[in-house]
Amino acid sequence: MNIAVWVTIAASAVRAATPLIFAALGELVAERAGVLNLGVEGMMLVGAMSGFAVGVASGSLLLAYLAAAAAGALIALLFGILTLSLQTNQVATGLALTLFGVGLSAFGGQSFIGLPIRPLPALRIPVLTDLPLVGALLFHYDLLVYSSLGLCALIAWMLNRTRAGLRLRAIGESPAVAHALGEPVTRVRYLAVLFGGAMSGIAGAYLSTSLTPMWTEGMSAGRGWIALALVVFGTWKPWRVLAGAYLFGAVTVLQLYAQALGVRVPSEFLSMLPYAATIVVLVLICRDPKTILLNQPASLGRSFHPGY
Amino acid sequence: MLPFDRTVWPLRLERRSKPSAAMRVASSPLAVLAMLATCLLLFAALGKDPAAAFRVFFVEPVDSLYGVGELMLKATPLMLCALGLALSYRTNVWNIGAEGQLTVGAITGGGVGLFYGAALGHWSPAVELAAGVLGGMAWAAIPALLRTRFHTSEIFVSLMLVYIAQLLLSYLVHGPWRDPAGQNFPQSPPLPDNALLPPLFDGARVNVGFVIALLLAALSWWFGKVSAAGFRMRVSGLAPAAAAYAGISERRNVWLALMISGGAAGLAGVCEVAGPIGVLQPVISPGYGFAAIIVAFVGRLHPAGVVLASLLMSALYLGGESAQIELQLPASVSGLFQGGLLFYLLAAELFIGFRLRRVRARDA
Repeated sequence: MNIAVWVTIAASAVRAATPLIFAALGELVAERAGVLNLGVEGMMLVGAMSGFAVGVASGSLLLAYLAAAAAGALIALLFGILTLSLQTNQVATGLALTLFGVGLSAFGGQSFIGLPIRPLPALRIPVLTDLPLVGALLFHYDLLVYSSLGLCALIAWMLNRTRAGLRLRAIGESPAVAHALGEPVTRVRYLAVLFGGAMSGIAGAYLSTSLTPMWTEGMSAGRGWIALALVVFGTWKPWRVLAGAYLFGAVTVLQLYAQALGVRVPSEFLSMLPYAATIVVLVLICRDPKTILLNQPASLGRSFHPGY
Repeated sequence: MLPFDRTVWPLRLERRSKPSAAMRVASSPLAVLAMLATCLLLFAALGKDPAAAFRVFFVEPVDSLYGVGELMLKATPLMLCALGLALSYRTNVWNIGAEGQLTVGAITGGGVGLFYGAALGHWSPAVELAAGVLGGMAWAAIPALLRTRFHTSEIFVSLMLVYIAQLLLSYLVHGPWRDPAGQNFPQSPPLPDNALLPPLFDGARVNVGFVIALLLAALSWWFGKVSAAGFRMRVSGLAPAAAAYAGISERRNVWLALMISGGAAGLAGVCEVAGPIGVLQPVISPGYGFAAIIVAFVGRLHPAGVVLASLLMSALYLGGESAQIELQLPASVSGLFQGGLLFYLLAAELFIGFRLRRVRARDA
């Protein structure tokens, strides 16, 4: 086993982690504002389908990602209207969003099954990309991989260092107090939900136009749920979510390389790994109820009615 | 505040002084009607004749004895899963992995039929059904244990276990349980004849599972309405703090909710394998366990409602199948309707607690 193989594995783990990062960071912002949107899987699928469709039709990946973000935000708006304006139960509505997204993407993507698309190219950075090993490990990715790191830094900075972030967190901790202080609770929550939807849409488009450049029904295969679990695993902190996503990226690709590594286990058991790992890390993080109590936004999942 | 901001909208959402009993009954039918209208518009937009589409979805499924049998057959797994889920959601336990519990029930029940069916003789169906129930319970015991012992959300655990169960089934039918005489198809040998559930009446495929589901609906009504355990579960769902203060054990309720919903889903799985399917194959259910979530809500988490809602959902499945052939619509149109129906329902439920009132100039 030479080092070049390990570099290849690490690089594909980074790519596999990228959609998880986008979806989980989007959900993190919504949850820090106090909204639990369990519809990530559905929004990812709708994003994957619309991104792929627009990408094939227009030949432009920029348009594909814009369309995916818009589609994700649009069905997140549906979730927002129901939970934020109509005060429906966030858990039930999130499940509805997932089931609806599965159906909608299967319906809309019917005529795109089996079509090819040219994936996002890796950026070539002069000198750096050509470095031996380091170049392949760090400087041979597409734009979205680098953007996911930038997004994480931006969200961490926004939440912890800016006034807007403080207001968002205050709304997530105690909407009643924030409302009394004159904060537009519902408006901020709408924006957070829309942002989450757009990020999930981009995550989906990365799946269908770059990671596995094709559209198949239900292609996210539970990644939306893994992203949701990552937010808990990362205790609602962006950098930890990022680290968690890379861990899961590694688990996901290890199954692909297991044969090369000489592991003699039926492929089905290897495919179970990401799902089993999700359960294991959730148990580890939730084992001590204080961890959740101290980190989870206090109003997470509860409706807020300003009561006019 | 977006759509109901009083300055931009002439209607205002106002909390009712008490929940409306009329809306409680009417919300589900209203949602179904709204969904129906949306579907017909969608069909018109796709250039299909809405009247023909209506016939395919709601008339043809029930215009023959065979059709009624098929309607009952498809309603069976939905009803079984949804009855358990309704009870579980009432207790505020969010088991969303009925699909996985169904799959494991199919594996354990089908496995018993496959390997011991011939030896068990006419006892075989009963033993299989029991094995299916136990399999579903065992799978649901994992989220129950992890929630009560490690405070881990049953939502994530039960869902992750769906994927694991499906992969387990895929491993079995591709590997150790594959039919050696099956020309390399990934499926088990057919279940022996005496291991199959006999049809309820001639000329149809519906089996005893439907009767069990109806009995379970009655039992579940009694359990929720009359029994002390059912009462404790309802209290802990409606007011967890009050329930804890009254000494109602949350641990016990979580276990009960997951055992009942897991067992019912497992039963649904074995009824499919020992019923219409007859072998173990990679895919046992076209998402019954997920559709049952919608059924549970459309039935307003009430056993009688669940029975009606599962028949409706079954018609949607059957309609989706014939729409493929008769209207050249993709089969996925059913999934679209199912998801949309749940949205309408959640919106309609709002009017149980709230009403719309026109805002007069001086109010605004």
